Amino acid sequence: MRVALLIACFNDTLFPETGRATVGLLERLGHQVDFPEEQTCCGQIHFNTGYARDALPLVRRMVDAFEGADAVVCPSASCTGMVRDHYRGLAELAGDAGLRREVDAFVPRVHELTELLTGPLGLQDVGAYYPHRVTYHPTCHGLRGLGLGDGPVRLLRSVRGIDFVELEQATECCGFGGTFAVKNADTSIAMLSAKVKAVLDTGAEVVTAADNSCLMHIGGALSRQRTGVRAVHLAEILAATEPQAAA
Amino acid sequence: MSALPRVRVVAPGAMPQRPFPDAAREALGDSQLRRNIGHATATIRDKRAKVVAELPDWEQLRDAGAAIKDRALLSLDEQLVRLEEAVTGAGGTVHWARDGGEANEIVTALVRNAGAHEVVKVKSIATDEIGLNEALQDAGIGAVETDLAELIIQLAGDVQSHILVPAIHLNRAEIRDVFARELDAEDLPDEPAALAEVARRHLRRKFLEARVGVSGANFAVAETGTVCVVESEGNGRMCTTLPEVLISVMGIEKVLASFRDLEVMLALLPRSSTGERMNPYTSLWTGVTDDDGPREFHLVLLDNGRTQALSDKVGRQALRCIRCSACLNVCPVYSRTGGHAYGSVYPGPIGAILTPQLVGVENASSLPFASSLCGACYEVCPVKIDIPSVLVDLRRQVVDEQRSRPGVGAKVSPERRAMEGLARAFSSRRGYETLQRAGRLAQWPLARGRGHIGALPGPLAGWSSARDLPVVPEQTFREWWRSRR
Repeated sequence: MRVALLIACFNDTLFPETGRATVGLLERLGHQVDFPEEQTCCGQIHFNTGYARDALPLVRRMVDAFEGADAVVCPSASCTGMVRDHYRGLAELAGDAGLRREVDAFVPRVHELTELLTGPLGLQDVGAYYPHRVTYHPTCHGLRGLGLGDGPVRLLRSVRGIDFVELEQATECCGFGGTFAVKNADTSIAMLSAKVKAVLDTGAEVVTAADNSCLMHIGGALSRQRTGVRAVHLAEILAATEPQAAA
Repeated sequence: MSALPRVRVVAPGAMPQRPFPDAAREALGDSQLRRNIGHATATIRDKRAKVVAELPDWEQLRDAGAAIKDRALLSLDEQLVRLEEAVTGAGGTVHWARDGGEANEIVTALVRNAGAHEVVKVKSIATDEIGLNEALQDAGIGAVETDLAELIIQLAGDVQSHILVPAIHLNRAEIRDVFARELDAEDLPDEPAALAEVARRHLRRKFLEARVGVSGANFAVAETGTVCVVESEGNGRMCTTLPEVLISVMGIEKVLASFRDLEVMLALLPRSSTGERMNPYTSLWTGVTDDDGPREFHLVLLDNGRTQALSDKVGRQALRCIRCSACLNVCPVYSRTGGHAYGSVYPGPIGAILTPQLVGVENASSLPFASSLCGACYEVCPVKIDIPSVLVDLRRQVVDEQRSRPGVGAKVSPERRAMEGLARAFSSRRGYETLQRAGRLAQWPLARGRGHIGALPGPLAGWSSARDLPVVPEQTFREWWRSRR
């Protein structure tokens, strides 16, 4: 399969290892990955903060960048959700019928990474090896937005060497919420404290998720508290193989 | 004339007096409050989940609930006139109130005409929204809350913090102290049965003395003119049946088209709110009846911002709300801050979308941002209000409104500058890649050679008070991609 990668600006800039892992994983599975370099940001930051009108040019750019791509993969649940749930509404807000048609053609082709793996590619065991104790946080956009269900956990449980452990109160938000974490820092931190406690209670070395934004939030507290627990994107676990993991 | 209840005059109503983050910070610092709210919300949340799981057709019920409310709302003009005709035909009187002031005047005049100096009330959020108790007090009329939790709140001079359990922020020791002080019960133990007994004796006297009862309404049926109040204690039924005059104040969005609609709504409401299959008391009445119940019935139809909300294509779904409070109990924000932080009689996720629509976004501009958009509220809402989508649309309205005001526009906020700057840069590949490189350089003084950033300046300091930030790596993904070619 030929897949175009929608990297998400956040991953591109702050977490390039997630992008490299996504490419590595899909190529290892025998697929061809394209990276349309005209893509920038999906507009989620703007849209969620009330700057919907400023997100419009970004929506246009994103849709144009992926014109002609048959399948699009995105290693971010929230950016996938932004495209799937809000691009149509934004095209309507703009009153742009042409954009609306392009969005209609674009949206069904966009898959979150674990969706692509467990859905169209029909996989559960991707041949990964990751000898660590790992817990999984199903981010709000992945869980309630995209309805990822148990796909990510099935992928993780099939990883060789992994010691997978369930997270208590897993479905509760970590308190990130984009600019919420700054505008309502106190409330956000109160929510984060519960999530961090749940992660530490598992005794895991690694907490993983399908979104680096939530992982940056949880990982930021794990780092501040010098817990030694790492936040690692799911793509990096699925991309890991025996020699790499030994390093 | 009986003595007026001792009520501390607080700012009631739906208008927040200060920004959510400030009020939330204070609430979060109260560890007793956090324990009470955390425990209570978790208990109701679990009860709800259990009884909802019993129904295999719960999702279809939710769809039906949403459709029933939408049908009534999208023909509201017609339904309200039908309701008026039916109520009038059954011997009641209908009054129309554009806002809280008009509603309060109507009720005050009705109580005066009845020659009463005190009214008994069944819990009604609509009357709290318009500050009816305070308006009656100004006219020398006492209003006695008879819902147990509302009574506690009233005697304590406090304000409610939850739609269903208004005194959720108080524990029984605190309630004992209120009763001991206000109801002259000095040796009162903090046992629930003893507390309830003191309240019962106090309220019985009030019920028997009262000539006027004031209620809200959970539903009103246009087809038959029937008004419905759903409650647990039976005190509401006392209020609606014992006094000679009954006045019900209801928001216009409470109307249902047909009697059969109650079948769905009465299945959705108790399971969603108290986590019960059925609530103990459901009172239905239609106008007045010979030799039974009140001699006079008045229905006050309250707009107070609702038609404005109805004109908003995205926001109007908030008017489907049946005040079950399931969204409060699952909300990770509410369950930590409690209801007072929302500064309105409508707290929690539903309050964050209802309050700005009722009072105007410019008067409650922090509320649409009081959410991480986690979506737990939407998942449990019995009438499928997509609260996150409404929140985001209200955020847009807040930003649009701020941009449209010349005074504010002259002084552009750092957030707006950043958002507009980012959007401009991200509109071209060149601008985006330049910004990526600039980020790598700009972080240098913050990172100081460490693997993370521990302190951020200005408005971003809230992040770094408890969270490190990763440094921007040497190579972006796209640089790596190009290097591979």
